[in-house]
Amino acid sequence: MTTKKFRYYATGILSLVVAFIVFVLPFLFIIVNALKDKPEASLLHFSWPTETHFWANLVAVVEARDYMLMTAFVNSIILTVVAVTGLVVFGAMVGFVLQRRPSRWSGLINFMVLAGLIMPPAVVPTIWLLQWLGLFKTLSGLILIEIAYSLSFSVLLFRAFIATIPRELDEAAILEGAGPFTLFFRIVLPLLKPVAVTVIVVQSVAIFNDFTNPLYYLPGAKNATVQLTLFNFQSMFNTSYNLLFMNILLITIPPLIMFLFFNRQIVEGMTAGAVKG
Amino acid sequence: MTTHRKKGTRRGLAAAYPSWFYLPAAIIFGVLFLFPTFASLFFSLTRWTLFQYSFIGLDNFRQFFSEPFLVWGLVNTLIYAVVTSGSKVVLGMLLGILLTSNVMARGLLRAVAFFPVLVSTIGVGITFTMLMHPTNGLINDVIATFGLKGPAWLTDPRFALLSVAFVDVWKGVGLATVIYIAGIVSIPPEYYEAAKMDGANALQRFWNVTLPLARPATVTVIILSLIGGLRSFDLIWAMTKGGPGFTTDVVASVIYKQYQAGFYGLSTAGNVVLFVLVAAIVVPLSVMLNRKEVEA
Repeated sequence: MTTKKFRYYATGILSLVVAFIVFVLPFLFIIVNALKDKPEASLLHFSWPTETHFWANLVAVVEARDYMLMTAFVNSIILTVVAVTGLVVFGAMVGFVLQRRPSRWSGLINFMVLAGLIMPPAVVPTIWLLQWLGLFKTLSGLILIEIAYSLSFSVLLFRAFIATIPRELDEAAILEGAGPFTLFFRIVLPLLKPVAVTVIVVQSVAIFNDFTNPLYYLPGAKNATVQLTLFNFQSMFNTSYNLLFMNILLITIPPLIMFLFFNRQIVEGMTAGAVKG
Repeated sequence: MTTHRKKGTRRGLAAAYPSWFYLPAAIIFGVLFLFPTFASLFFSLTRWTLFQYSFIGLDNFRQFFSEPFLVWGLVNTLIYAVVTSGSKVVLGMLLGILLTSNVMARGLLRAVAFFPVLVSTIGVGITFTMLMHPTNGLINDVIATFGLKGPAWLTDPRFALLSVAFVDVWKGVGLATVIYIAGIVSIPPEYYEAAKMDGANALQRFWNVTLPLARPATVTVIILSLIGGLRSFDLIWAMTKGGPGFTTDVVASVIYKQYQAGFYGLSTAGNVVLFVLVAAIVVPLSVMLNRKEVEA
């Protein structure tokens, strides 16, 4: 009994210490260095700042390059909200018809969904196309790109969830005289709330953190997204690590909030299919 | 009679679940994903300025497989994908077992291991670049307290690629862990009880119960992290930009560099190489892994 208890505490404390060093320490490193002044931060030491400069650093980062970070936050929020809305509505529509009415197209559509999950996008031809459409270097172009690249994930989740909603419900609604539009938007879509929340949180974290697509399709400092500010600041702040870390800290806050409120849905969405294979 | 009814049902289905529901998604996906993919097959055979092109056959691909700095990218991509994927399977499984056992502060440990998955890759890359600084970095400071001299993690060609792969694993292992947790939790406890009754020790229970029954989780982790590893770009770009030299260049970073240099045809050929690489590895592997599961 006592050896069992000893082992319980020993493994427990050991796990906590290792987890702290491996996973928590790098974040503390970001925080303490975001609070330091420029010369102290440049030492890259893991130590409590001799004097905290939280407010001064915050203001300096926000004001840098003519309030670029603020513009970027606005851009990233618009990008995330609009793209995720599109993903939910269009993904649910596809998932609904795909699950309810198997046809000779179903095989092709399933293949497209898998291709969208696996295949890397063809970058330069996309830029060429966006230029031709007049969407290159525009936020609308990037929004459509994010929708196109994440649709597969959204369709898969919605289709799996719609399979659990009884068909009798549709039939009852149809007998009551509901058309397809009413059936989907008034009856089915509200029932998809749990899986919609999962799609929303997983995709908004992914799109907010996306670096590669804005780098290719929305270049230029004028309309940067938050991940690009970090990148642009990296060269500018190469002697002001305190501001660089403050920037990292600020753009980590939105995912942190998502994590605190929706941890369960995020984990559910990301592990979907893992059990069934 | 029956054919008549069938017809009626089919028309009923089409009315309730109309095909135009596919339309918005199909247009966006078709125009912005499928069309460029097909276009890339053509433009990879050209010298291309975005405004005009000249057909040069397979020259871009020939260059891809003969220029040392492009071949480096291909080899590094494979090493990076295999190393990160393998590490995530092993560490994810171990963490999954630990975090489904009766361990202290289990919820806290799960949360702490998972959080890096949600953090900006660029932010993580920049932070670890600082931690791995050869003279000022925290990692080498710690090594120095043991009287040893740590290597130049990101500037020594022997270590650079593996150092970036380490950070990739650090950031991604939480996802592998939660996938394993979901897989392990779904194993019926009767199997463990039966194994215990037969006198199996912990290691035997792991080998004969957990490992085979968590197989769907293993397949998912392998496939997901291989896809991610083969396509990986942002972490490498944030930490080394492919350097020193070309020692950490991967296909995705080559695509970006050739694009920046204005070699659009060559960049697109790189893209086609990446499709083929991903498809040739992931598709047969997932077919094989999923089939074996049915036989078992």
